[in-house]
Amino acid sequence: MKRVNDLRARSHASWWAFLAHRLSGLALAAFLPLHFWALGQAIQGEAALDGFLRVVDHPMFKFAEWGLVVLLALHLGCGVRVLLIEFLPWSGLRKAGVAAAAGLSACAGLAFALALVG
Amino acid sequence: MIDAVSQARRWYWQRMSAMVLALCVIAHLAVMVYAVRGGLTGQEILARTRGEWGVALFYGVFVVATAVHVPLGLARIGEEWGGLSQEHSRWLTWAVGLLLLVLGLRAVYAVVWA
Repeated sequence: MKRVNDLRARSHASWWAFLAHRLSGLALAAFLPLHFWALGQAIQGEAALDGFLRVVDHPMFKFAEWGLVVLLALHLGCGVRVLLIEFLPWSGLRKAGVAAAAGLSACAGLAFALALVG
Repeated sequence: MIDAVSQARRWYWQRMSAMVLALCVIAHLAVMVYAVRGGLTGQEILARTRGEWGVALFYGVFVVATAVHVPLGLARIGEEWGGLSQEHSRWLTWAVGLLLLVLGLRAVYAVVWA
């Protein structure tokens, strides 16, 4: 009989850190080929790259850019937490690590938002 | 039957590439926050990157680390959530890795030398 996980783990902050890490990774993986393709437009010259940047010079795209920066910082924070758990001899609940990852993401998001609209 | 050696190898390369990427991403975030101030044009980007070997080296390493890290993560998700077999996830790993490596190095070439 196949064992199905119950939902008890989801009351723990670490489960949410795992989910945030996984979903942010998925979103970034989907974005990355587009990012590389856009930059590759520069092969056809400055005008081609500028053409692409003009298309994405729109509030909705700017919001999406900001979202991507937040996701990148979130993935970084959660990933560093995993590395610390796996490679350092720390023990205990380590909830501070989860908070630090969320905080890093918030800081990066704020800094980028300020740079974008400031 | 799960190949334990293969799983261990994947774990190892995922963590090694993650360590490289942690440094690259911190630098990239800082550069982005600095660069987008006052808007961003193709001219501004290329003025900073054209002919710069440092840029090519940094982003080249970034692309290679990404081409290792992303496919391994996707393979893990494919196996855990998508029900992929280890054989299929291996194919996915290679296909995505190759795609990111080619597109990424092309992008580095485009902004530094084209």
